[in-house]
Amino acid sequence: MIPLIGRLLILGALGAAVTGSIVGFASMKAPYGARVVWARRCALAFALLMTAANLVMVEALVTPDFSVQYVTLVESRSLPLWVQIVSLWSSLEGSILFWGMVLGLYIAGGTLTMARRHREYAPAAIGVWLACGAFFAFLIAGPAQPFGTVASPPLDGPGPNPLLQNHILMAIHPPFLYLGYVGMTIPFGIASAALLRGTLDRDVLRPLRMWLLIPWTFQTVAIVLGGWWAYEVLGWGGYWSWDPVENASFLPWLTATSALHSLVVTDRKGTLKGWTATLVMSTFLLTILGTFMTRSGVFNSVHSFTQSAIGPAILSFLAVSLIWTVAMLGARIDRLESRRDVGPAASLEGAFLVNNLLFVLFTLTVLVGTVFPLIVEAMTDRQITVGRPYFDAMGVPIGMALLFLLGIGPALPWGRTTSRELRNTLAPPLIGAAVFSVVAWMLQVRNPWTIVTIAFGGYAAQVTLGQLWRLRQGRRRVGAFVVHAGVVIVVIAVAVSNTMQVSRELRLRRGETADIGPYTLTFLGARVVTEVNRESIVADIGVDRAGSRVGALAPRMNFYPASQEPIGTPAVRTTMGADLYVSILNIGEMGQEITVHALINPMVAWIWVATLIMAIGGVVSMLPSRRVATELGQSVGAPDLQVGGVPSTGPELAGPGLRPLGERSPEREAGERA
Amino acid sequence: MSTTPELERPAHRKRLAIVAVGVAGAVLLLIMIGGIGDNLVYYWGPTELRAAGTQAYGATIRLGGLVARSSVRYVNDSSLLEFDVTDATTVVHVRSKGAAPQMFREGIGVVVEGTMTPTDYFESTRLMVKHGNDYQAPKDGEAVNAATLMKSTEGLESAGRR
Repeated sequence: MIPLIGRLLILGALGAAVTGSIVGFASMKAPYGARVVWARRCALAFALLMTAANLVMVEALVTPDFSVQYVTLVESRSLPLWVQIVSLWSSLEGSILFWGMVLGLYIAGGTLTMARRHREYAPAAIGVWLACGAFFAFLIAGPAQPFGTVASPPLDGPGPNPLLQNHILMAIHPPFLYLGYVGMTIPFGIASAALLRGTLDRDVLRPLRMWLLIPWTFQTVAIVLGGWWAYEVLGWGGYWSWDPVENASFLPWLTATSALHSLVVTDRKGTLKGWTATLVMSTFLLTILGTFMTRSGVFNSVHSFTQSAIGPAILSFLAVSLIWTVAMLGARIDRLESRRDVGPAASLEGAFLVNNLLFVLFTLTVLVGTVFPLIVEAMTDRQITVGRPYFDAMGVPIGMALLFLLGIGPALPWGRTTSRELRNTLAPPLIGAAVFSVVAWMLQVRNPWTIVTIAFGGYAAQVTLGQLWRLRQGRRRVGAFVVHAGVVIVVIAVAVSNTMQVSRELRLRRGETADIGPYTLTFLGARVVTEVNRESIVADIGVDRAGSRVGALAPRMNFYPASQEPIGTPAVRTTMGADLYVSILNIGEMGQEITVHALINPMVAWIWVATLIMAIGGVVSMLPSRRVATELGQSVGAPDLQVGGVPSTGPELAGPGLRPLGERSPEREAGERA
Repeated sequence: MSTTPELERPAHRKRLAIVAVGVAGAVLLLIMIGGIGDNLVYYWGPTELRAAGTQAYGATIRLGGLVARSSVRYVNDSSLLEFDVTDATTVVHVRSKGAAPQMFREGIGVVVEGTMTPTDYFESTRLMVKHGNDYQAPKDGEAVNAATLMKSTEGLESAGRR
């Protein structure tokens, strides 16, 4: 019964998507006509049917109903409930099904925000969204059908990949990543609609920014959760290894971040419209490329489930999207631009421009390093990969330059300025840089790159905090600077944790001790623990510091019925200063001897905290500020306002960094980057 | 709106900008290609490794194959591990420092990352045991598909990374 219902729901969703997409494109010329309503209805129906299909699948997974093919692949009776539910995205077919639901919900949201206030853009945007929806519905209905019927249902199944059952983060990381990845479809649709119309009004920048910011925030959290998961599960002691799969999640984040910055210039100055559209559309293309890399089996990892038929389908979709993007940009990009001058170099808009170039540079280097092995393999059938040193060598300088700019940029005023004013703005934060460097030196930081990074961080921290203090009122800019504060912490923490790690391999007999950093580890013994879905060997390790016991660590090796080899789970003792990280390499002589990999990872906890700060900043930026809220009521169908309401010279000359507090009303500040 | 002198000559500025971007792009491309060339990791089986000859010295290589029967030796109180990796036609001697992962044993599929030395030993910096539920180790004498084996350890950081 369930397979049939599921298949019907998916076919219904496919029908709604195809119909809605056609109706959407067909009513582009008459955005106020009666037909548009049907495009909207189809979009909502698509969301509803996809959600229903997912609920049906969850029901089948929890029951579990082994007459559904997907259930037989990933489910087992002996699983905790949360594992049964997260099995929805633990394998290929289910993950595409889940993608369909997330896409449906985003399309519904996009439709509802665009339908009334931005009617000129809505039909084409819905057309593009539902075209993407139709593709994914087609995947679910065809090559990645999860609702296949099993003629003679088995009594039990293998359960999901043990690596995925191994940690609760597996329940959180994938949905966040989908909410990030899939959401980039919405700005793609809006940008496409703008190109089709040939205009990108200031009015439509608001939904564009909003629908870019929402997936961006999810994506930010998802990337870090992925790193956290690797850190807590994989046991090699780090959180980022420039793995193709990690890069796949990082690439669209880079272009989306870049787009969020160029949007500020577009909004404020009315320039860079075509550039903003390019970044937004590239972001979408990179999400599809990432999906191809992770889902088609070209890279084997915990993300790519099996070699499958969806590889060619996704590649074709990527090709079509790429052709669409290039054609749209090629034909229409000139029409978007009303002004071409980008302003002087030593100004806020100059800083935004350099920021954008750096982000694009970062994207290109990571993209080339990730895709190069695929191209070589496709052409010569030889397997190679690009090693981590390449990414470190390219990424570290670009990252440092971005951090430097994160400090300098916001201190600069819009438009022209005198060198004396520049000195007055740029000199004071050197105090912050000096303070941070001295503190770092006192805390035994000796790596010159790390110290330079920390100095840049100190500079940026002072600028950021200064801006936050000045802007207590206007929420959007506050959100942006809260994000900046998080970024400063993340970059410093990454630099410190990578350059100041202490790593030792310890072989301990029962009762023996060994030192690492300030800690003394004692191997107390090993025991076997039996749980519903696994059996584990747990090593008990006492942790002493300065002669007294401060805690215990219990790294373990888990044995899953579906897997021949054990999967280790490291144990981490987290403090704000440094993590003590212990993972088992092997256990010998009936549990009497153990070899562990022990590490001191400084400042890693700061990365998780700072990501939370970034997410909070993202959410704050989404909240409408007072001025925007009132403007929304008035601006239905309003023409492109002169951005900011003032020319770029004149009163703007001094810039936000220099103006005394009382000179500008909070409302003005709020609307400034709206 | 007041304009500055530079802004009154957009054509000139545009040409300058195009040249600047072109030069920057070319330099960047050179740096990237150089960076990739220096950091390539080759995925080879024992036969391919031998075929590469002196090219293998110093290059970063992921060598995949089976741990040959009765070839595993612990030297210096287990701090150094020696074994042979084979694909049933060719044998490569491997030296690996540090502890082996739990599942390491004779006959199992492994991937070792390191480089070939002129002393005819492969110096391993990282030892990974084959991973994946569907891959079955071939019987003795049966040819090993090094590519499949290699794929099976990609993205796996759990074992033996130092």
